[in-house]
Amino acid sequence: MKALCWHGRNDVRIDNVPDPTILNPRDAIIKVTATAICGSDLHLYNAFIPTLMEGDILGHEFMGEVVELGSEVKNLKKGDRVVVPFTIACGQCFFCKKTMWSLCDNSNPNAGMAEKMYGFTPSGLFGYSHLLGGYAGGQAEYVRVPFADVGPYKVPKGLRDDQVLFLTDIFPTGYQAAENCDIQPGDTIAVWGCGPVGLFAMQSAYMLGAERVIAIDRFPERLQMAQQFGGAEVINYEQVDVGSTLKEMTGGRGPDSCIDAVGMEAHGMTLDNLYDKGMQMARIGTDRPHVLRQAIMSCRKGGTVSLPGVYGGLLNMLPIGAAHAKSLTFKMGQTHVHRYLPKLMESIEKGKIDPSAIITHRVPLSDAPEAYAMFKNKTDGCVKVVMTP
Amino acid sequence: MSDTLFRQEAAEALQRKSAEHQARQASAENGTGGDTNVGGIERLISVTSGSALILYGLSRRSAGGLALASVGGGLLLRGATGHCHVYSKLKISTSDASSKETRGIHIEKSITIGKSPEEVYQFWRNLSNLPRFMDHLKAVDVISETTSHWVAKAPMGGNISWDAEIIVDEPNARIAWRSLPDSDIENAGSVRFVEAPGGRGCEVHVTVQYYPPAGVLGATIAKLFGEEPSIQITDDLRRLKRLLETGEIPTTEGQPHG
Repeated sequence: MKALCWHGRNDVRIDNVPDPTILNPRDAIIKVTATAICGSDLHLYNAFIPTLMEGDILGHEFMGEVVELGSEVKNLKKGDRVVVPFTIACGQCFFCKKTMWSLCDNSNPNAGMAEKMYGFTPSGLFGYSHLLGGYAGGQAEYVRVPFADVGPYKVPKGLRDDQVLFLTDIFPTGYQAAENCDIQPGDTIAVWGCGPVGLFAMQSAYMLGAERVIAIDRFPERLQMAQQFGGAEVINYEQVDVGSTLKEMTGGRGPDSCIDAVGMEAHGMTLDNLYDKGMQMARIGTDRPHVLRQAIMSCRKGGTVSLPGVYGGLLNMLPIGAAHAKSLTFKMGQTHVHRYLPKLMESIEKGKIDPSAIITHRVPLSDAPEAYAMFKNKTDGCVKVVMTP
Repeated sequence: MSDTLFRQEAAEALQRKSAEHQARQASAENGTGGDTNVGGIERLISVTSGSALILYGLSRRSAGGLALASVGGGLLLRGATGHCHVYSKLKISTSDASSKETRGIHIEKSITIGKSPEEVYQFWRNLSNLPRFMDHLKAVDVISETTSHWVAKAPMGGNISWDAEIIVDEPNARIAWRSLPDSDIENAGSVRFVEAPGGRGCEVHVTVQYYPPAGVLGATIAKLFGEEPSIQITDDLRRLKRLLETGEIPTTEGQPHG
């Protein structure tokens, strides 16, 4: 089959690779009908995630048709159209039973590697490094889905692929970010980053009862999308001081909760290496740790800082004193996608939200290498790329 | 290394050991000795693996390869002279059977499995289940209610085997075993099954004590070849948990990766 394979920094190619096969009784094989490039795929593209290997198949936002089933998968049949959560979960461990699906104890075959880095392993992910499982991703014609009796969610008739594809990651990720803010009537939510996750966090904040959403970015087309799709007031951080502007816009109170939908890239296998590379990054002027610092400083007293953006290693110069003095709450983590699928599928079915509105580019899978470069460099107003094999 | 070969070497080594013992006693008496602190089999393994590491290291043509080759050189010297500076610093000698306590490896590991102590105990008590999650085991044949024959993979592609007996069997709570005399690898262990609080299932506490063929160095070599016992037991317990909780062990073996 054809698949998008990683070959090194800024080097992804369409390769011919062997088709996946059923390895375990709870596996399924999905024929991919639509797949997207995620902002977090750029961490891989930029070679910032450790334990990538040449030839790794990327992609964790994908959906398709069931073509083969292991003997223990009873709830699906061939021909079913499904969306597949990017987090792989067994459904039976302590964490899955508590709906903390992205913390599944059992789905990462390389748990030992993750334990070295984090003390414990999170769940395995599709196409997201060997540290997180080494599972082949979905930017391919076919993909093997482990624990298929737990993850894949059937798509109701009448919904198009592009309407439901983002249920695999970015819509639930934005939703969880907003839910983590414990939104109360009258709340103002500030969202850093107007990429796809930020945009869904804005929509979700309103779904959960926010009074106002304020979005922060610097790209005009993204700020425009935040206004149109996210219903947000916007701040261009290149033009004004974010902290004082937020304070003024909220009558001196500060936003009730702050969402960092930017995150920071991971930089190495060992903690000290991560630290060193983090320092290196700071010298070349990345503004990413800056977002979290700004969110902490801007948030109102007793508010929540919610981090859907991915952090990988260590942070330098975190204003923990401000966080402590203001009694802030921090909520973070990979998304418990399975938890949100029924609710969010229903919101799409009822027409409350049309996720396809954020798609700026639709290309065949064969154009994926060019699409990665475009998405990375944010050329041609690129916000979200959907590909069809 | 085949079983027979191993036994043959062991027998030869015992002869050498006895000779060394006499020599050392003699040298201790005339106040000159204490140089040989590495046992017979271990010296043989030092020489063989040292040479192998030198060849492998040099063939890598890299800094890491050079480092391996120099480790190999050290091992070769150690095997040839029977003297190990590390052992000497640590006051360890494996050239005498009386030093068994110092060369043993002791490992304690635990994991929580979302099943009742009864279920986990029963799975474990059927010893033929062990190779399903203990990666280094090829087979465990149950011989009687308390005795069994174990076959394990050894470093560098060989086999080692031993007979074991169960010495404690408290249903749903504890199993303890030890190898029978004349085993390739002397070992003993116990596993306790304790109910975890708040319905979290069963805590499995494993203790293993064993005396690898080449003492502390054996573990070092095993580590180089990815069969380090402590990591091995951690991985084994994780596989057990996964097998019991999900019915399968997650893998990506044998297909494209990502």
